Amino acid sequence: MGRGLRPIPDTTIFDLRASRRGYRLNKLCGSLCSPANRDAFKRDEEGYMSRFALTEAEKQLIRTRDFGGLIEAGLNIYWMLKLGAVTGNSLYRMGAQMRGESYEQFLSTRNLKDAV
Amino acid sequence: MPSRIVAGLGLSHVPSVGVAYDRGKMRTPAWRPLWDAYVPVREWLARLAPDVAIVVYNDHGADFMLDKYPTFAIGVAERYAIADEGFGTRPLPEIRGAADFSIHLCESLVADEFDLTVCQEMGVEHGFLVPMNLCFQHHPDGWPVAAVPLQVNVIQHPLPSGRRCYKLGQALRKAVSSHEGDLRVVVMGTGGMSHQLQGKRFGHMNEAFDQMFLDEIENNPGKLAELSHQELMERAGAEAVELIMWHVMRGALSPSARRVHRHYYAPMTTGMGLITFEDS
Repeated sequence: MGRGLRPIPDTTIFDLRASRRGYRLNKLCGSLCSPANRDAFKRDEEGYMSRFALTEAEKQLIRTRDFGGLIEAGLNIYWMLKLGAVTGNSLYRMGAQMRGESYEQFLSTRNLKDAV
Repeated sequence: MPSRIVAGLGLSHVPSVGVAYDRGKMRTPAWRPLWDAYVPVREWLARLAPDVAIVVYNDHGADFMLDKYPTFAIGVAERYAIADEGFGTRPLPEIRGAADFSIHLCESLVADEFDLTVCQEMGVEHGFLVPMNLCFQHHPDGWPVAAVPLQVNVIQHPLPSGRRCYKLGQALRKAVSSHEGDLRVVVMGTGGMSHQLQGKRFGHMNEAFDQMFLDEIENNPGKLAELSHQELMERAGAEAVELIMWHVMRGALSPSARRVHRHYYAPMTTGMGLITFEDS
């Protein structure tokens, strides 16, 4: 937790310690801003992951699309959106998983679920 | 004639608005309330006829990566590319810069002890482009206004304080008014309002907080800028801390600036706020 910040329940604060911890994961996801890299990831996910010196545990979080686990491992939410895009997981699908709900359950909690 | 700030806007920069815009969905029932709120804003801006928009925004990992992440960064280029933030490049014309004006801003702001990262190339993404889409109608060959991107770190703590952002706005006002270019300038503070995009608290919103923020940024902006990141994140969600960028805009306007528009819409996971001011 950064200086002067206190934990907030059910919330991860992306500070420099998280950023250090998740550096390689963020680097992989940042690389997905290129169409060629997105194609390469889709073609061979294992091969693509091997370029970024990830630990086995980090690779497993990507393989299992464990979005809450990835955030805990230091992946920033905005970088995770790029992984979501390349794996067919929208923000709201990732959010539902992090809340421990189905997508439909999550949508039913919204004011107007058509604004997606 | 010195350049001057004619207006300021605080507004959200939700990425799904860009998607809806590109797919022609802004007039569907889900998006129409937001779109309709901006019709008078665009007409008002067209009447004010600004030459330059200073857009205070944050990049979300499209152009700035975490290997080097500046606290404040400003563009000094003649043009800015549309960045691919992981979902493809949006079909929008590139942004026209105002390089000489940007250079003047840098000289004035650094002299005023704001040590900015200066960028000769920048690609801009939803944090910048969604507000542009909502406020200005572009044409295939460009936009009706030039722009200066001013990027703020609101994602990797430690972040600049609200007070620091407010003071940056005040220094920006001084910088604009010392520019002998007769430019009409609008300042856009983007991001927020309440939202949280990770953890079990994903989807948290707080309309009461957002309405308070809209009240206070109009009436007590100096006091509002003292709100801590901790309190802001606890009440409005971790990602709501983007709202500190609105303080830059408000600091750049006169304290007595007249509020013109105000709107709030929160359909899914983000309180989308809008407030506009006309400077005296």
